[in-house]
Amino acid sequence: MDFKFSTEEETFQNDVNGFLKKELPSDWTGETAYASSDDGWNFNLKMKKKLAEKGWLTLGWPKEYGGMEASIMSQVLFNEQMAYNRAPGIDIWGIKMLAPTLMVHGTEEQKQRFLPPVANGEVQWCQGYSEPGSGSDLASLQTRAEVDGDEYVVNGTKIWTSNGHRADWIILLARTDTDAPKHRGITMLLVDMKTPGISVNPIVNMAGMHEFNQVFFDNVRVPKRNLVGEENRGWYVGATLLDFERSGVQYSAEARRTIDDLVGFIKDNPSSNFDLSGREHLRNRLADMAIETEVSRMISYNIGFMQSQGFVPNKEASICKSFSTEMEQRVAETGMHILGLYGQLTSDSKWAPLRVRIERTFLRHHSATLASGTSEIQRNIIATRGLGLPRA
Amino acid sequence: MDLGFDEVQMLLKNSAREVLEQECPITLVRAMEEDERGFTSELWQNMAELGWLGLSIPEQYGGQGMSFFDLAILLEETGRFLVPGPFFSTVVLSSSILTEYGTESQKSEILPKIANGDLIATVAITEPSATYESNGIQLTATKDGSNYVLNGTKLFVNDAQIADIILVVAKTDDKGDESNGFTVFIVDKNTSGMTITPLDTIASDKQAEIVFESVSISEENVLGEVGKGWDIAKRVIDLGSSAKCIEMLGGADRVLEMTVEYVKDRTQFGRPIGSFQAIQHHCANMATDVEGCRYVAYHAVWRISEGLEAQKEISIAKAWVSDAYRRVCAIGHQSHGAIGFTKEYDLQLYTRRAKAQELAFGDSSYHREIVAQQLGI
Repeated sequence: MDFKFSTEEETFQNDVNGFLKKELPSDWTGETAYASSDDGWNFNLKMKKKLAEKGWLTLGWPKEYGGMEASIMSQVLFNEQMAYNRAPGIDIWGIKMLAPTLMVHGTEEQKQRFLPPVANGEVQWCQGYSEPGSGSDLASLQTRAEVDGDEYVVNGTKIWTSNGHRADWIILLARTDTDAPKHRGITMLLVDMKTPGISVNPIVNMAGMHEFNQVFFDNVRVPKRNLVGEENRGWYVGATLLDFERSGVQYSAEARRTIDDLVGFIKDNPSSNFDLSGREHLRNRLADMAIETEVSRMISYNIGFMQSQGFVPNKEASICKSFSTEMEQRVAETGMHILGLYGQLTSDSKWAPLRVRIERTFLRHHSATLASGTSEIQRNIIATRGLGLPRA
Repeated sequence: MDLGFDEVQMLLKNSAREVLEQECPITLVRAMEEDERGFTSELWQNMAELGWLGLSIPEQYGGQGMSFFDLAILLEETGRFLVPGPFFSTVVLSSSILTEYGTESQKSEILPKIANGDLIATVAITEPSATYESNGIQLTATKDGSNYVLNGTKLFVNDAQIADIILVVAKTDDKGDESNGFTVFIVDKNTSGMTITPLDTIASDKQAEIVFESVSISEENVLGEVGKGWDIAKRVIDLGSSAKCIEMLGGADRVLEMTVEYVKDRTQFGRPIGSFQAIQHHCANMATDVEGCRYVAYHAVWRISEGLEAQKEISIAKAWVSDAYRRVCAIGHQSHGAIGFTKEYDLQLYTRRAKAQELAFGDSSYHREIVAQQLGI
């Protein structure tokens, strides 16, 4: 074993850090819910263009698609730095979902048409998978796509669509065969959000942020050339195991930043309400969070290492996801405990510690254990696919 | 970054597993719990012949000259098979610090004997104060001509009953501190004035009390420098706590494996209990804890092995692994139901040792405190 990064990787890490220092405002505390406000969104778009110019949006893409073909560990480091700095600018649906899927399953025409705008940071994608009646049991989805000539006609609704109100395109899973077993009647379509018949309703989350939406499809006509892979194989197209970084390193990076913020704040305010002397339980708790964060980071590095060796992390990715998101919640709760009464303040003022960052994190992280596969689903995967336990 | 083992390391790991499957069956583990000495000469000699006892001893002293990291790979397997005997005391702790701090004559006298299985050694740090802090050391060594006279009590000393030499941390300066007040002595088992009394312990391991009454030790048997002994004691704690993490990882991994095997096999309500989500999530939590242990433990050992500053990583690892292994055993018991609670079933062998390993070289509270200090809070 060798836990060191290579010289190139370290140089790259410094480049990313230097870039972020230059491009992020000096008082930047990070606003991860950037889709919620126009200012936040515009800054996201600006960052996206700058990252595109650096070629970093397509860090992990193969050269033939204009990517940098950077090593998996470089991608891990990039994602770690971005997350630690809470930097916007990455359209994960375009870069990490659509693009790899098209590289494997897309037609030449689709690749030519859809990949360059993603690489250049000119387009925003969103994901149309979950439905009001289909959450963890995604394959039960009911949105219909029926063939009519050269087109599909889509009817139904998608929910929890992050950035749906900002997106230009949606990656849609719809049912094309109602008689087939549920996994075998689903098709993946790429749909222009400006198509007539699409309407987007905002859903405001408990942190007061507008990030996700419900999207309605009323006789929406989608040309057949926007079908990805084969009809009725959409479930498998969507589940393609892709050779892109999936270390989950952003979780520990985010948590590490929160801990560093808290530690800095405590040190900057000696003999105040936030001093931990005499509050051993909170001091211990914060130390525990630092310990867990390091555990999570090591699990992520190992996933990156496995991928760099050509192994497909499966159990490991689910372990990382469930452990790390639950950890992030514990970190936020610990921060709230340390801040006491001050932790409840919700707008930036002279009274609000850390510019309400902890309160934001505490509320927002309620969704961390739900999004992209709940903790319970992750544990099912660890137990059945990872440990070989029989399915219920 | 490379988180895999190289070819030589894989060979070591695989051969260790093969050998221990043959030579260290659970029946031997159980028998050695009842045995006064706690090990068999056959297994010890076998380990010597395999080169394990001299694994990290330099070649000129009869060892293999491999690294502390390589030694850790072996420890994952000894932890898995609950290998009884003084391997940890003799090889991981004593041979390491003798190599590092011994004089030429001490090294050429002692190390070859450790490597060929002729000498058992241990380290005595803890006392009735039951702490790994330096202020817990009350045993004194008073200069008397060219000798030192030791008085006091050491407690929780592993393998003291069978050790040929005991490396004793003593206070040599009443007013001294960690930088100048402590000295380590190499004490022969036959020195007069020592009384060794075995302790009955949760892990049925072989710990003892040693009372020193005017035990006279020649100054030739000082290890390292007079007054600089706490550096050595600290080194023992660092090596011991990080190496324990790897041993515990081996045990935890086996407990997970046993539990998964059991829940696949055990049928209730007409189906294997492993098909119930409640049990599946128990197992997923165990797998998460084991995965978490692996890389923080190896990270700490790697940093030590590379000669890098490692205090934070050691304490992160020992705090985490101590708690995680205990959780793994607890969920293992819950998943096994009543059968796991019996002496006859093997699970308890791990659970009892997990507690002893958790306590050794600082439990999670001790190491969490160090992490807090490292954070500066």
